[in-house]
Amino acid sequence: MSDTTPDRYTLSELCVVACAEVWRGAGEVLATGIGVIPRIAAGLARLTFNPDLMMTDGEAYLLAEPVALGPRTVPPVVEGWMPYSRTFDLLWSGRRHALVGPVQVDRYAQMNISIVGDYARPKAAILGVRGFPGNSISHPNSMFVPNHSPRVFVAGEVDMVCSAGFNPARWPDGKIPAGIRIGRVITDLGVFDFDGPRHAAQIRSLHPGVTRQQVVEATGFPLLGVESPPVTPGPTAGQLALIRERLDPRGMRSATFKEDRVIGTVAGTV
Amino acid sequence: MNKLMTAAQVVAQLQDGMTVGIGGWAARRKPMALVREILRSPLRDLTVVSYGGPDVGLLAASGKLRKLVYGFVTLDVLPLDTHFRNARQAGAFDVMEIDEGMLQLGLRAAAMGVPFLPTRVGLGTDILKHSPGLRTVRSPYDDGETFVAMPALKLDAALLHVSEADERGNSVIMSPDPFFDELMGRAAASVYISCERLVPTAQVCSRERARYQPFERSVVTGVVEIPLGAHPTAGVPGYGIDVEHLKEYAAATSPELWQSYRARYIDLDSHQAYVEAAGGQARINAIAPPVF
Repeated sequence: MSDTTPDRYTLSELCVVACAEVWRGAGEVLATGIGVIPRIAAGLARLTFNPDLMMTDGEAYLLAEPVALGPRTVPPVVEGWMPYSRTFDLLWSGRRHALVGPVQVDRYAQMNISIVGDYARPKAAILGVRGFPGNSISHPNSMFVPNHSPRVFVAGEVDMVCSAGFNPARWPDGKIPAGIRIGRVITDLGVFDFDGPRHAAQIRSLHPGVTRQQVVEATGFPLLGVESPPVTPGPTAGQLALIRERLDPRGMRSATFKEDRVIGTVAGTV
Repeated sequence: MNKLMTAAQVVAQLQDGMTVGIGGWAARRKPMALVREILRSPLRDLTVVSYGGPDVGLLAASGKLRKLVYGFVTLDVLPLDTHFRNARQAGAFDVMEIDEGMLQLGLRAAAMGVPFLPTRVGLGTDILKHSPGLRTVRSPYDDGETFVAMPALKLDAALLHVSEADERGNSVIMSPDPFFDELMGRAAASVYISCERLVPTAQVCSRERARYQPFERSVVTGVVEIPLGAHPTAGVPGYGIDVEHLKEYAAATSPELWQSYRARYIDLDSHQAYVEAAGGQARINAIAPPVF
């Protein structure tokens, strides 16, 4: 259960706000958030700093306004049709930014959701490559990883490269296509990107109470970024109200983490 | 012209080793009654092309697959299909694992009668490594760019589930997303559709409803009326995903539980017996459409 005291926020609420940032300045694109926190985040971005975003009901319709997670009491206002065939047409045009949940990520920002282990006889068969190959080469993608660990952020390459990334060895003449764009990586420990030299991973910010040493140990590849990264900004009172009352009144976000602990207070109210 | 058939007659048209496309998407509008008919038949060594749901899991658990061409297998409400997972982990069938969009392009190429369609999708990934049959092609124009040449996915047969049809093969899909059923139909040598309701021609496709028609009737080989024929996947409008049933299905992984699932839901004399076993028509029709 969330702590919904007005001036305090939890890890899930911080992650929603950090995730929403991936759509700042994204323009009139389709915002696809896979999973509870990314979906709330897309709604938050749409309701605040990017009113141009488009979003679907997760099935086949574009919605005029974000809807609360869970059962719908009132049918949402539909502004368009977005069946899968049209979704591919749209995404191949590049006018989308997806926030997805990979099972493995490597230093080249390559993602895996297919299998873990040997390809012919995998230790774990998961979903399949889904749309990751096409997404990765067509439009920007960001990641939300709720369990930052070396099992997710692996030391070598991911077991099955589903999302194309920044490994020069995988591209003719080592030339990485301009179409490969990674926004941000939001985890339970901090916010990262692949904007370092030669697309190296780097720390943008750490969540309250998290140390640099902690993320370095939880990541299978080197992380660049300043020695003392800034603290991830928490939600404003207005953002918190939208998350709690408008976008996720049932508090589904809390189940993302084993313990959705309070990690900060809204600026200006301490 | 009368294309009416029974499910058993449809499956009797299929042969060992055929490539079969199965319509729908994940746990939505899958031709499940036709799939169960395959499970009861001696058919084997099938290559199945599917936006995979419990159709794939059932065929895998029953040892019907020689090869699976897919981008994913999921039960929507339950992210992972245990039967697909177990068979895939055991290496029980060959795989051509491709992007969802590549699957579409493969079907489209087959529908167009061309050997491949060029795409950037797949470049930089492990798809080409694990499906060495996939090749690349260089643009003949000044750009000279290299593309994946997604080969045509020609189907011997397609199995699709639609909302309504007439005996001539006119049909409509009234659910929110027609998925890639049209392309499956056009990519296939023979197309068999099951429908929720068989209706007169004048009702199936009015001027207003014509936009819900996936393809003209000449695409269709056979029509089977199977109300609730997509259960336990969604057949919206009409019924949603039967989450309870899918949980029972997904939990039936031990040999004993699988045998009992088969006895209860598959090895039956009629579709009516299946509907009764699944709780009856009223129960299924009361399942609300899914909210994603």
